[in-house]
Amino acid sequence: MGWIETGSGRVARVSTDITLSDRLGGWRVRWGINRMHYTVGAGLYAVGEPGSQSPVLVSASYKLTFDQLRRELAGRDVWLLVLETFGINVWCAAGKGTFGTLELINRINHTGLPTLVAHRTLIVPQLGAPGIAAHEVNKATGFKVRYGPIRAEDLPEFLDRGMKVTPAMRRARFNLRDRLVLIPVELVQAWKLSLILCSLILVLSTVALRNLSLASRFSTGLAPMIVYLGGLVMGSVVTPILLPWIPGRAFSLKGAQVGLLSAILAILVMGSTWKEADVVALLFVVPAVTAYFALNFTGCTTFTSLSGVEKEMRIALPMIILALVVGVVVWTVGMLA
Amino acid sequence: MSLRYLKDVVTLQLDEEKCSGCGMCTQVCVHGVFAVNKGVAHLVDRDACIECGACARNCPVEAVSVRSGVGCAYAVWKSWFRRRKQGGEVSPACS
Repeated sequence: MGWIETGSGRVARVSTDITLSDRLGGWRVRWGINRMHYTVGAGLYAVGEPGSQSPVLVSASYKLTFDQLRRELAGRDVWLLVLETFGINVWCAAGKGTFGTLELINRINHTGLPTLVAHRTLIVPQLGAPGIAAHEVNKATGFKVRYGPIRAEDLPEFLDRGMKVTPAMRRARFNLRDRLVLIPVELVQAWKLSLILCSLILVLSTVALRNLSLASRFSTGLAPMIVYLGGLVMGSVVTPILLPWIPGRAFSLKGAQVGLLSAILAILVMGSTWKEADVVALLFVVPAVTAYFALNFTGCTTFTSLSGVEKEMRIALPMIILALVVGVVVWTVGMLA
Repeated sequence: MSLRYLKDVVTLQLDEEKCSGCGMCTQVCVHGVFAVNKGVAHLVDRDACIECGACARNCPVEAVSVRSGVGCAYAVWKSWFRRRKQGGEVSPACS
């Protein structure tokens, strides 16, 4: 840490060590704790003792991004140019345009970068490309944009090989670990809806079954709650983990299969004493809930398109609603009969 | 094991007549949609496109066009509501 003096003012030096509090911070934002305020200030930073020939890496003002970047730069002398993305990661910010051509041009001029370095090359993460027009940056500032690897972990090899990118560094991936770290994000997004639904079920069952004892009212309400939460876990945890191995391309279809299979399993294991109506209702409701949460996982992935998701939603949402209505009606009728 | 999304849905278009063969699209695409062959870019895997818009933004001769946005059900859902309120087209983005 500390500062280094340059011809155009002081520049903050950052460490390449990740401390326990950095790790805790990363864990907290993935669970949605203060996620939108996990930022570093925009501007220029130094790693090591950078000089006029040192490479310039461009990044975003999300601290999780910044930490992953500086961790890979141990023992190197580089400049880091952080764009103001308001605590959003490079890819999402590029899509929104905050990690954008204009911001990059302004940040170059604002930080005095042209007098600080003798070369005219910027290394921009490939995932920043949706927001940056390389030819316009070049026209406005004289700096040439070179798109570096997608993942910070590939930066040491990229820098050691004279800024050469291998085809593997250029490809988005979505392996099991990538999917696992995103599951908390899904669960956090679902908890508000879950709280509303569960309270609604409790209130409804308490009011509708006035003439029963409080205990049996509660246990009647508990069943649909467990069904819903089961569907949530199947759609937001199990489907994402098994994603590549479930047949089909549409997420709702993948989720519906997992839901149907788990409903059938539940019936086989525990259903011998259940009413027919409950069994039928379960076969409709669980696949619908699982399909819904699986559909929601599209936004966490690296391979879905806007047009594809729109098409899937237009087909899947009416079917999900229909299955839910059928299930709830069958269950209610069975209960009252 | 394959992670591929729906076929024949993306809006990506490449005008090979306009292409200058600079290869920028091959550098920015995260799914290997483009390849340059004999000085002209071609779409070699159009269905892998996620409509992020990086190729169109970085094409100096505007040979590539795509309606860009995010493939996220939550964002699409929000954009449907916003469209109803504002009466205009809203491109879905991350929150």
